[in-house]
Amino acid sequence: MLRDAVVMAGKDLRIELRSRVATNQVAPFALLVLILFAFALDPDRGVLARAAAGLFWVAVLFCALLAIQRAFAVEATDGARDNLRLSGLDPAAIFLGKASAIAAELAVLEVILGAGVVILYNRSLHGPVLLVVTCVLATAGLAAAGTLYGALAAGLRVRETLLPLLLLPVVAPVLLAATRASEAALGGSPGDGWPWVRLLGVFAVIYIAFGVVAFGPLLEESS
Amino acid sequence: MSSGIGTRVLGVAAVASLAVLAVMALVITPADVNQLDAVRLIYIHVPMATVMYVAFGVTALGSILYLLPRTRARKWDLLAGAAAEIGVVFTGLVLVSGSIWGRTTWGVWWTWDARLTTTAVLFVLFLGYLALRRVGGDVDARAKRNSIAALAACIDLPIVHKSVEWWRTLHQKSSLLDEQTFLHPHIHGSMYWTVMLGIGAFLLLFAWLLINRYRLAKLEDRMEDEGLERAIAERRAEALTGSP
Repeated sequence: MLRDAVVMAGKDLRIELRSRVATNQVAPFALLVLILFAFALDPDRGVLARAAAGLFWVAVLFCALLAIQRAFAVEATDGARDNLRLSGLDPAAIFLGKASAIAAELAVLEVILGAGVVILYNRSLHGPVLLVVTCVLATAGLAAAGTLYGALAAGLRVRETLLPLLLLPVVAPVLLAATRASEAALGGSPGDGWPWVRLLGVFAVIYIAFGVVAFGPLLEESS
Repeated sequence: MSSGIGTRVLGVAAVASLAVLAVMALVITPADVNQLDAVRLIYIHVPMATVMYVAFGVTALGSILYLLPRTRARKWDLLAGAAAEIGVVFTGLVLVSGSIWGRTTWGVWWTWDARLTTTAVLFVLFLGYLALRRVGGDVDARAKRNSIAALAACIDLPIVHKSVEWWRTLHQKSSLLDEQTFLHPHIHGSMYWTVMLGIGAFLLLFAWLLINRYRLAKLEDRMEDEGLERAIAERRAEALTGSP
């Protein structure tokens, strides 16, 4: 099953590398969001620097939406979804593979956004261990929940508008916990951040488990 | 498939108990020392919140029963949808009545209190679920999708609640709206019983709404099936007789 997942993730990442949609469109969009926040919030009074953690994660959420739409748009053309079902890959492995590919894309975007926050918002980074653990767990949770809802909305006529409505409330705890943990790390009090990290871990485990179980029926139903 | 005698009795019982509740809540129970007449909102606010939880509980149960192969039947998905619709309406009412109550007692329409925030997220979660339900497609595929979405939303709730609770308690003390207030020993006897009556009355109302909404869903379903069959039959008849 793990080998299938690696095959699946490799396929998705190769598509992204070759089509360059992620690098040419999603990453610039992420930077654009950071600049828009600067327009909306006064950069001179330190509002940006104080809100940096929250803005960072909101930007990640927006980019995650795009990455998820993209991951399932790839399957929508040329009957790729049927081929996927005929491929004999374990649905759980397909889920894990797609989620890992999305997580890898998000990780790259987070690095870009992180650099953007440091440079544009003039915010220095502290607590690297806590920050990295937070990013890893939050990304895992986002990718798992995102893949589940992405598959749910894939193939529907209204998927572009439905996916944000379905996914964003579900990942609200991720936004909350990741923001608090990052704030604790940046504020130099990592002790406050670890309970949030645990919550992120629980979220990731629950949605990965749910996705592994539910993905089979979800793939079957597509018509 | 018109409404049965049992349903009608249930409806009458719901209306009667709501009437008794109105008298109890507005006339018989005393006003609060601090909150004055605003406290009377408790008699609808708490019952509506109870209905909200029960309704989403029914949705979760219906979705599980649909997903389990042994109990898979279309009716469970219809039941889940009917309950979710009522649940969303009552969540909206809970938010509105809570907001009005908050305005009169705390002076603000909204605070980022743990329970309020969780309820708001719950509201949006199930609005999404209802939106998903309205998307067409193959009947079985739709039902499976609905059930998975309902469960994915339900397992999110404890996490949302926990996160929001931590978020708020790290900043401020727990709010006025926790269980202590409701079950406080000094709550007036008639007030306590009126709240209980309210819960009973609203649950009757919920049962009545659920039965009728479920029946409506079944009829809609049947219309969809039979409508197509009838149309096909009519076209065939036309073709056979050769009339335009």
